[in-house]
Amino acid sequence: MRTRPVTTDILLAGRGLTKRYGDLVAVNDLTLEIRAGTCLGLLGPNGAGKSTTLEMLQGLRAPDAGEVRWRGMPLDNEFRLRHGTQFQSTALIDFQTTREMLELFAAFYPAPRKLDELIERLNLAPFLDHQAMKLSGGQRQRLLLALALVNDPEIVFLDEPTTGLDPQARRNLWDLVRDIKREGKTILLTTHYMEEAEYLCDELAIMDHGRVIATGTPQSLLRDHFGDTVVRLDACAAPLAHVAEACPHAGVFADGDHLFLATNDVARTLAQLGGAGIDLATLEVKPRTLEDLFLKLTGRALRE
Amino acid sequence: MKQTLRQFLALLAARNREFWRDRAALGWSLAFPVFVIVGLYFAFGEEERALFKVGIVDASPAQAAADPALTRFLALRHIEFITEPAGDDATRKVARHQLDLLLDPADPARGEATRYWVNTDSRNGYLLEQLLLGGTPATALHRQTMAGSEVRYVDWVIPGVIGMNMMFGCLWGVGYVIVRYRANGVLRRLRATPVSAVTFLSSQVVSRLLITLAITSLIFFPSWWLLGFRVEGSLVDLLVVTLAGALAMIAMGLVTATRTSSIEVSGGVLNFLTWPMMLLSGVWFSLEGADPWLQAVANLLPLTHFVDAARAIMIDGAGLAALWPHLAALAGMTAVFMAISAATFRWER
Repeated sequence: MRTRPVTTDILLAGRGLTKRYGDLVAVNDLTLEIRAGTCLGLLGPNGAGKSTTLEMLQGLRAPDAGEVRWRGMPLDNEFRLRHGTQFQSTALIDFQTTREMLELFAAFYPAPRKLDELIERLNLAPFLDHQAMKLSGGQRQRLLLALALVNDPEIVFLDEPTTGLDPQARRNLWDLVRDIKREGKTILLTTHYMEEAEYLCDELAIMDHGRVIATGTPQSLLRDHFGDTVVRLDACAAPLAHVAEACPHAGVFADGDHLFLATNDVARTLAQLGGAGIDLATLEVKPRTLEDLFLKLTGRALRE
Repeated sequence: MKQTLRQFLALLAARNREFWRDRAALGWSLAFPVFVIVGLYFAFGEEERALFKVGIVDASPAQAAADPALTRFLALRHIEFITEPAGDDATRKVARHQLDLLLDPADPARGEATRYWVNTDSRNGYLLEQLLLGGTPATALHRQTMAGSEVRYVDWVIPGVIGMNMMFGCLWGVGYVIVRYRANGVLRRLRATPVSAVTFLSSQVVSRLLITLAITSLIFFPSWWLLGFRVEGSLVDLLVVTLAGALAMIAMGLVTATRTSSIEVSGGVLNFLTWPMMLLSGVWFSLEGADPWLQAVANLLPLTHFVDAARAIMIDGAGLAALWPHLAALAGMTAVFMAISAATFRWER
């Protein structure tokens, strides 16, 4: 999965980051480290504090407490030249073509990347002379990604890069992001798509209510928090307490509609459920997913 | 330094493209002053209007002039004489100021004296009455004459109309545009680049200065040809005053855009600034002789200084040397507004 050897270089680190908006604590004493050459995903539902965290790590929002370090030093002007960014909602200046936007952003940096190469790479040629305000969602995200790469940055911040895209455009953008990773760039992205996190990220930090509640590779997170398999029942099949009592070796959790049992011995769990006289008519056995993990950790679904 | 210049030029070009390609907005910023000027042309174009209207009951001016008491009065210029049928309609027109004076010439057959009606609440009526009754012996006073073509209202109002259009363009074109950029995230994106606030703001100011100059020229020269208004002074001086005025008003627009990301708030603030300038800066009527307090307020508005200076150049042929108080005021306002903007500007709310 990893295309570069694991290094222990911490490129960017936030320590004890806290941000309040009035009474709301958007980010609460959060610590995060991003190693060079890896892709770290901040995963969480809307309002978990992902975007605020990203903004603080980019130096766009001053934390109320805590500090951000770039290569061990506070963020400085050099950092502005060395990072690229794609915001969730960015309007471009009206009435500019794709090419003009690229040239504008290239003029901001002392050593921009060759535009022809970027155009080729992100497949911008089909709409190079179209007005940027009239692009489709997928084209627009590709242009925004190109703008984030125009200075050949060491680290790229992507805030929900595929939100609002159709599945094909999303898949297309994932491949582009993987390409960027292959170049050795460090990526920090936020997402609320589990698939996206699994596909792109070497490491995940799961956020909820302004805190990181779990970190690790997708595989280790699943291994540490789950048995091998998830068994699902309709919520009306039995009360949660009853199920938990019947299957002491399984991790039992629920959302509004279903009960879940994470287990590494399906046969035993099924036998225990049957033995307790629980109705198994609605039973399903599924492989574990990050969606289930999120539900287990936070008690709520990722997208609700 | 070289990098900053590149950033500045790229942003300048982008903003200029955005302006010229937005045909709807461009059309409006050209059409608005053209409407005003064409309206002025029809209102004040060719014919010279009489100053007073006098009705004569049942008689033509020639017939009435047979009356020796009226001969001199009926020969006066700048009075329009209208024959009115006898009756209440004619006197009602006097009561309503539609006629400044009504004459009923003597009928020799009936031996009646000539009668006239005047409205005691009418200023024109009062003056006409003095003319009708007057007759100071010419020997008592010594007459002097001045020659010179009249300053028509159109000559007087053109600098005001052009200044007003500049004001709208400068305030909205900078204030509103930057707030829109903040509201839709353009500023947020620029902030994550090495572009400094000063570079960005300079590009907006210079872009608007160029746009103002282009639009003002597009309005000035055709309407000069159409209306033939007076331009006594030098066009170069006019250009200097235009640049100074535009810069001061652009800087004023910047101040309104330093913080808010609400397009509604921005619109309110800009209206709050533009309306007083429309009324108090002498665009439509002179504030000479107005309340000193009002004049003091007017002198705090950049448009007042632009309009006064442009008027002095166009009507009186004044040179820049004579206009230094206006230029100094505009430069001072520019400096103050720019300083406030630089100190308070935020990329994001």
